[in-house]
Amino acid sequence: MILVAMAAGFLLILMGLYGALTNRNILRMIVAFTIASTGVNLVLVSVGYIAGRTAPILDAAVPVAKAAERIIDPVPQALVLTAIVIGLGITALMLAYAFKLYETKRTLDISKFTELKG
Amino acid sequence: MSAFLPVMSVVVALATIGAAFVAIRVDSLPVAILSAGAVSLFASVLFLILAAPDVAMTEAAIGSGLTTFLFFFVLGRVGGGEQDND
Amino acid sequence: MIRHALAVIFLIGLGTVFAGLMLGYTPDTELNLTARYYAENTAKDLGAANIVTAIIVTYRGLDTLGEVTVLFLTAAIVALVLAQSRHQPGAPQRVLPPSGELLHTGSRLLVPLIVLFGVYVFVNGHLTPGGGFQGGAIVASSMLLLLLTDPLRRFGHRMIARVESLSGLTYVALGALGLVLAGGFLDNRILPLGDFGSLFSAGAIPIIYSLVGLKVGAEFSSMLVNLSETEKPQ
Repeated sequence: MILVAMAAGFLLILMGLYGALTNRNILRMIVAFTIASTGVNLVLVSVGYIAGRTAPILDAAVPVAKAAERIIDPVPQALVLTAIVIGLGITALMLAYAFKLYETKRTLDISKFTELKG
Repeated sequence: MSAFLPVMSVVVALATIGAAFVAIRVDSLPVAILSAGAVSLFASVLFLILAAPDVAMTEAAIGSGLTTFLFFFVLGRVGGGEQDND
Repeated sequence: MIRHALAVIFLIGLGTVFAGLMLGYTPDTELNLTARYYAENTAKDLGAANIVTAIIVTYRGLDTLGEVTVLFLTAAIVALVLAQSRHQPGAPQRVLPPSGELLHTGSRLLVPLIVLFGVYVFVNGHLTPGGGFQGGAIVASSMLLLLLTDPLRRFGHRMIARVESLSGLTYVALGALGLVLAGGFLDNRILPLGDFGSLFSAGAIPIIYSLVGLKVGAEFSSMLVNLSETEKPQ
């Protein structure tokens, strides 16, 4: 199960990067970036999983005294939670800049933006 | 019952990768955005299988909900923005 | 086409690295030292049932403050970048088709329920899955429903900004109170820990996470409102 999720995460990273590198439309590049970031989160969460254990929430099934033997690693989950929230912020910024670029040039084709080419 | 979760994880992982493939290869931009939302949704099911309910909730609410709407707001303003899609 | 070939070569290299990482990976069977500490001491020290919440709000509270600051900065930059693209008061109004009876009535019914659910999620963050970030996103989605019902309504930017800055200030003030009354910045033991597993427990964690929820909800709402109030370029 860990390996399945990890392989899916790595594949998502590769597919997202492929889309970001080969597309010329800026909106499509942003879509591909969100897919790649989902893949990174999937890999991180799968690293924290331990087979046969349950979520890090203490309740009737996970008494406090036995917590260390029954729960999985909570640290990657806390990391990924914040990473997802920041991911939305990054996406919103990229979209705002893309809209601004469209306003100045009336196109989202990256090959039409040649001002910074040497 | 013990074989249920591994089988489920394989099925959901395949669905995630299939949705990502559609999102990257399809010609129409709205379908690509919706497929990227589906990638997030399937990934949140995978998080649930990996015993991370907090992360699954965040991914479902933020990754597949709000992000998709942000994309559609911008898409409505730029009208696709693609005359030539190689 | 040379760009495609270069990209494929780069990705094949990266894929080899990933494959090497995966083949050499042996899953843990025991918790490592940090995770073991959190598992054994969270209930005793902080009284929170959800260990992920305890890590985010208290053990790594300073990082969360930094994260909320980053989110505030992104919301501010989005507003700044889109400031000129907003609808000008004198310009002709866009004409949109009416949004329909079903959407109007449905949103009148659903918006209070969605806000209530968001508040439930962030008030119970220390007991059940969920917390400030998820609850904030749910509250922002009720704002989204209002935006869909009436796209031409102008939202109170001032109200959103006020909620955002008030909750942020209270968050930092509570953290500083921990410096005086308890062990350190953002320590949750400024209030009694209470009964383990009940709503009023875990010291200040529910209050701090509710403030984070309000702040995150206001920031997401401001991003959504700013992006939706742009005008289509002529």
